[in-house]
Amino acid sequence: MSDPGQTPELFLDVRGIRKRFGDYDVLAGVDLLVPRGSVVTVLGKSGTGKSVFLKCLAGLVTPDAGEIRFDGRALDAANAASRAEFRRRCSYLFQSNALFDSLTVLENVALPLEQTTQVPNAEIRTRCLEALRQLELERFRDQHPGQLSGGMLKRVALARAIVTRPELVLFDEPTAGLDPLRRNAVFEMVAKYQRQFGFTAVLVTHDVPEALAVSDRVALLDGGQMRFQGTPGAFAASEDPAVRAFRDSAGALRDTIAALRRGETVLSEDNL
Amino acid sequence: MLRILGRSGLDVVGEFGDFALFTGRSLLAAIGSRKLGRRIMRALYEQGVRCLPVIIIVGVFTGLVLGLQGYYVLNRFGSTSLLGDLVSLTLVRELGPVLAALMLVGQAGSALAAELGIQRNSEQIDALETMGASPLAYLVAPRLIAALLSFPIQTTFFTLVGLVGGWISGTLVLALQGNVYWSAVFRAVEPADVRECLLKAVVFGLLTTAICAHNGYNTHRRRRASGARAVSASTTRAVVLSSISVLAADYLITSLLV
Repeated sequence: MSDPGQTPELFLDVRGIRKRFGDYDVLAGVDLLVPRGSVVTVLGKSGTGKSVFLKCLAGLVTPDAGEIRFDGRALDAANAASRAEFRRRCSYLFQSNALFDSLTVLENVALPLEQTTQVPNAEIRTRCLEALRQLELERFRDQHPGQLSGGMLKRVALARAIVTRPELVLFDEPTAGLDPLRRNAVFEMVAKYQRQFGFTAVLVTHDVPEALAVSDRVALLDGGQMRFQGTPGAFAASEDPAVRAFRDSAGALRDTIAALRRGETVLSEDNL
Repeated sequence: MLRILGRSGLDVVGEFGDFALFTGRSLLAAIGSRKLGRRIMRALYEQGVRCLPVIIIVGVFTGLVLGLQGYYVLNRFGSTSLLGDLVSLTLVRELGPVLAALMLVGQAGSALAAELGIQRNSEQIDALETMGASPLAYLVAPRLIAALLSFPIQTTFFTLVGLVGGWISGTLVLALQGNVYWSAVFRAVEPADVRECLLKAVVFGLLTTAICAHNGYNTHRRRRASGARAVSASTTRAVVLSSISVLAADYLITSLLV
């Protein structure tokens, strides 16, 4: 986490991102400020466009409008050089891990260095083995993704993401489909390696307590716009109805179940 | 009605353009791509070595049937000594390249379309893009280069095995002498026939592999299907379009060379 005593420099500045699919405005003017060296988490319900937003940042989806400034430089589709530099300095950790089944763990981790740099093969091997050692994956280096557990796959994906020594890592739902223990382990891993390697991290997730624990800043995406941006403390204290509904969802579920047990009809379709 | 026809026409022209750009960019992307040789070897194994049994089996049976049918037809005119001419020219000029290409589309082409479709769905292609690597250089270029190398070799195998099939029918099953058959084969086939055969094999290899790769790579663009159904639709479309393109290109090349 960043030093609270200093005003951190803005690393990623996103203004008014819009994206429409058919008649549906998925993103209707989304802003996000990401200070250098911080962990920023974008929260939101399923289907609110968190992954689309992250893909807009990564350049996988082209926004209809808006501006993304990375380290002071504007990124846009017309400026191939700025986008290439962004890709060189940024890594993306996919929800599905997106590892190549036909490659071993070591080959998967080596892929970005092999395909995007002129680093000699011997150095690639050294750097990959070092990344695997740091993520405690050394003994699985010759195994294929199909032979590993969900948590291990996440670590391999993280090793591949950090082996290029990126300054920004985008995490798309890093805990999707994991049990609570593995979910905690993934958040610990993000926090630990963010400190160790010093990258800036943007996570999208809907795991509120864990996100609040590891983040320097939290944002809530709702109805195509950021309904909240601020520190985890401000999020915890916010009286905004959308923030409260999201933050207090666990309590609301307990209330709903208690009411159902009393025979009351309380199911709301608003949140489905 | 006119609007629908116009839109469909524009879609077809657009797809042709997209396909041409995809193929050209993929081949250009190979320049300077690291470890390309290793990926080409892997593709040669998938598209070449693993398809050999099918090529050999279909080649033998094609030759057997050609020998059998040819013998009885030629026997009506008392010209069974021309069986070698008939089998060899039919195989070298037409059936060798066409049937070998169709077999390779069925086995390697469909597998390529499905593999790329799954890689698109599971975000592996997106992962390469976010790394700043070229998915065309990494995934498509080795397959195209391997096809340019393997199709002529496979076609040659198919033709040779087919000639042996014709020999089996004509001499072992029927009453033709072996030396009559083989001398007719060597007399009939000219260097121009072999060149035509290999040219067709190269064109069919590039065309069908590019069509299969293009369909698999663009699985996410399917309008009426997504997920597993989109992969299935892409694979089916790849095989159908490749098969049609083999026959159309065969007619075009033959009409230009005859």
